[in-house]
Amino acid sequence: MTSIKMTVNGKSVEKEVADQTLLSEFLRENLRLTGTHVGCDTSQCGACTVHVNGKSVKSCTTLAVSLDGAEVTTIEGVANGELHPMQVAFNDNHGLQCGFCTPGMIMSGIDMVNRYKASGQELTSDAIRHELEGNICRCTGYHNIVKSIQDAAAKM
Amino acid sequence: MSEQGIGARVKRKEDKRFTTGKGKYTDDVRHENQAYAAFVRSPYAHANVNGIDASEAEAMDGVIAVLNGAQLTGDEIGNIICGWAVNSKDGSPMNMGAWSALATSKVRYLGDAVAVVIAETQALARQAAEAVLVDYEVLPAVVSAVKALKSDAPQLHDNAPGNLIFDWEIGEEAATDAALAGAAHITEMKIVNNRLAPNPMEPRSAVATYDEAEEHYTLYTTSQNPHVARLILSAFYNVAPEHKLRVIAPDVGGGFGAKIYVYPEEIVCLWASMKTNRSVKWTSDRSEAFVTDAHGRDHVSTARMGFDENNKIVGFKVDTVANLGAYMSLFSSAVPTYLYATLLSGQYNIANIHCNVRTVYTNTVPVDAYRGAGRPEACYLVERMMETAARELGVDPSELRRGNFIGEFPHQTPVIMAYDAGDFAGNLDQSKEAADVAGFAARKAASVANGKLRGLGYSCYIEACGIAPSAAVGSLGAGVGLWESAEVRVNPVGTIEVLTGSHSHGQGHETTFAQVVADRFDLPIENIQIVHGDTDKVQFGMGTYGSRSAAVGLSAIVKAMDKVEAKVKKIAAHILEASEEDIVIEGGQVKVAGTDKAMGWHEVGLTAYMAHNLPEGMEPGLKEGAFYDPVNFTFPAGTYICEVEVDPETGVTTIERFTAVDDFGTIINPMIVEGQVHGGLAQGIGQAMLEGVVYDDDGQLLTGSYMDYTMPRADDLPFYKVLHNSTVCPNNPLGIKGCGEAGAIGAPPAVINAITDAIGNNDLAMPATPQNVWAAIQASGKSIAVQ
Repeated sequence: MTSIKMTVNGKSVEKEVADQTLLSEFLRENLRLTGTHVGCDTSQCGACTVHVNGKSVKSCTTLAVSLDGAEVTTIEGVANGELHPMQVAFNDNHGLQCGFCTPGMIMSGIDMVNRYKASGQELTSDAIRHELEGNICRCTGYHNIVKSIQDAAAKM
Repeated sequence: MSEQGIGARVKRKEDKRFTTGKGKYTDDVRHENQAYAAFVRSPYAHANVNGIDASEAEAMDGVIAVLNGAQLTGDEIGNIICGWAVNSKDGSPMNMGAWSALATSKVRYLGDAVAVVIAETQALARQAAEAVLVDYEVLPAVVSAVKALKSDAPQLHDNAPGNLIFDWEIGEEAATDAALAGAAHITEMKIVNNRLAPNPMEPRSAVATYDEAEEHYTLYTTSQNPHVARLILSAFYNVAPEHKLRVIAPDVGGGFGAKIYVYPEEIVCLWASMKTNRSVKWTSDRSEAFVTDAHGRDHVSTARMGFDENNKIVGFKVDTVANLGAYMSLFSSAVPTYLYATLLSGQYNIANIHCNVRTVYTNTVPVDAYRGAGRPEACYLVERMMETAARELGVDPSELRRGNFIGEFPHQTPVIMAYDAGDFAGNLDQSKEAADVAGFAARKAASVANGKLRGLGYSCYIEACGIAPSAAVGSLGAGVGLWESAEVRVNPVGTIEVLTGSHSHGQGHETTFAQVVADRFDLPIENIQIVHGDTDKVQFGMGTYGSRSAAVGLSAIVKAMDKVEAKVKKIAAHILEASEEDIVIEGGQVKVAGTDKAMGWHEVGLTAYMAHNLPEGMEPGLKEGAFYDPVNFTFPAGTYICEVEVDPETGVTTIERFTAVDDFGTIINPMIVEGQVHGGLAQGIGQAMLEGVVYDDDGQLLTGSYMDYTMPRADDLPFYKVLHNSTVCPNNPLGIKGCGEAGAIGAPPAVINAITDAIGNNDLAMPATPQNVWAAIQASGKSIAVQ
């Protein structure tokens, strides 16, 4: 067991965890933040995507003990008083159906918009599709997810 | 049309919880006193189980119990059933092999469960499962259905000689043979429909709790049909009587058919919760899902279609071998028969059809319904045949289809179905216009100038939804009725709860169903709550599959609303001293037409519950229920046109355009319907170009994770052009046909027809991976023939 301290969604947390605890497990089981989902066991589907120190990370392949002192944001921490433009865009554009991949899609979407804006690149629909390589959705056929991210990018 | 009623693009009410991480899925449930289950699964496709030594696992600190099949059967937990009895053509019943939730003496596929470990943590349960020693005596395996029928094939079940489950037929063979004998042209093909893994993104999960004092069980599970699950768990598996078993399917992360069935894990978790007096949770990981979730498709067919000298179809004969895997799953028998061969008439006027289907056991995961369930297999067959015939006959493939379209309704096909309405030529015209087929030649020339190949393919699909009526499907062997139930509760303050037996796992019922109620009673949509997925709340229901929720589930809601409306009018007429016929409901009020006499909708509710002043003899309250049994299937149909560009050097294929024109009848929420089409198209394109379950000859699964099984990604897919050409279904109150499966049914032949058009070689199997396309190009000689 190892004691770790991190900031999750703006709150400081300190827990004793088994060394093999994955960040996804830490969030879901230790902190009961169940919005972060686990859809595969090979780091492919991206349902578990969260932000660590401002960058998107697959929490299913990150050891919690490796993140001592880190700042973690999950889907539960994205809205700041009001919904984040990415969350609004997914509703406006019907970017979700069953909702299981949605937290990961939103976290990846926010990250990609931030990165493209920071580097001054245009986030085209082709770029969004390429960037979504690590996020799998089985319901939407991606059509409305791409539109949601495009829409949010214009508003962020 | 109002902003929230039928036809409006209302944004989904359920989205907020999903976009904020507040959805509640089964794996999010955690009870006090919860333990975790991990299954000991066979690493072999076929083996005798000569012994299980669990002593090491049992000795591990934190292991609560290790349970096996002998204990399960000792407690009289029943074998897993198939819910649809299909007889062979000689009248003999299907050869159904026994399937115990935990195998006792023999395992028949990789992943077959032999024991379960219950432990304090999931990690410990999995670790202990690894420590259970099973003495396997490995047997030869067979994974191909065609090979399994051969005389020297390994035998799976003693009561299924030759691994044959049934040998079934539909249609008139002699008449079809005669028609083909007189045909001016025959098109003949061998067509394989590739095996798929459904892959809803939420892995299956179950949390079972036994309350010893009440002798009562609660099961949270990832189900598309919690009431059906309760019925089967109770009536056939003897887990608990129905009134002592509550099944809750909370938020469910996609189903696509894979979550219709009651699986061994749900049975075992319930039983284990009683054995250990603990809540027991099991959650599949993706690798486990690949070897336990029912697979789909896996047909091998030969087909012959005959045409007369005017290019009219005179006969269609099909022989299909369907792989059902190691055991018969719940609806496995219906999928390759009544959901498949009954659609072989497609959109065409065909006087003579015959289809023979042999279903076969193999050492693979059981096969059952996956989005479309039989209809994609039929559509792929018919539409590949039509495109191929057009090429052989040297005619435009769209015109060959048009010349054979059914134009008058109702139309009785020779394979049971009676089509009720449609506009096949209209769908084709609209799609050709939208896809700019006229401009294809110029686009193709531009591709060729760039060293690429370009092709265009059609698919004119028809399917059947809302399997019904119950008496008819019962006569065909169904073990359930396929109606739906609903209850509409108007509260004393006028808000409404609708309890439905349909289940939403992505379809957006909380919005769509509320729209219909808001439309009917002219109330704000916010005042309407849809309740589903809990056997303690909803009286009964058959759940959601087969695109039935709107056509059947909503019809039950409409029927209940009819009764509510009648009572509302009686109450208002009484209070307002008017005739019932003069009462109208609008704008949140119940009025006497043509007067200023009115009362608020909520006042009617209050009056009903106060019961101080009701018409003579009227019961208090304002709540009505209804069961709706459809009078016929519904028949969604449409035309899909796919346009691809192929790089002849690499075989890499890109979809340049995909145009869908669908006839779904009345559309409640076009935004949601288009979303259903998008998702269906992605799965259909996935089948055509990316996906395929592959076993080696020993029954080892080679595509057991997302590293090996290609799920469609965003950059594999285009933006789709989705349009509608609705004809109203005459057989249900809203005129709805259903939209959930169309994309997955119609897309695969459009894609393969387009690619084969591009490469000039018709011999191309799904999935059309770059390697397969490249090989087909080599065989056609087109790799250097770009001119």
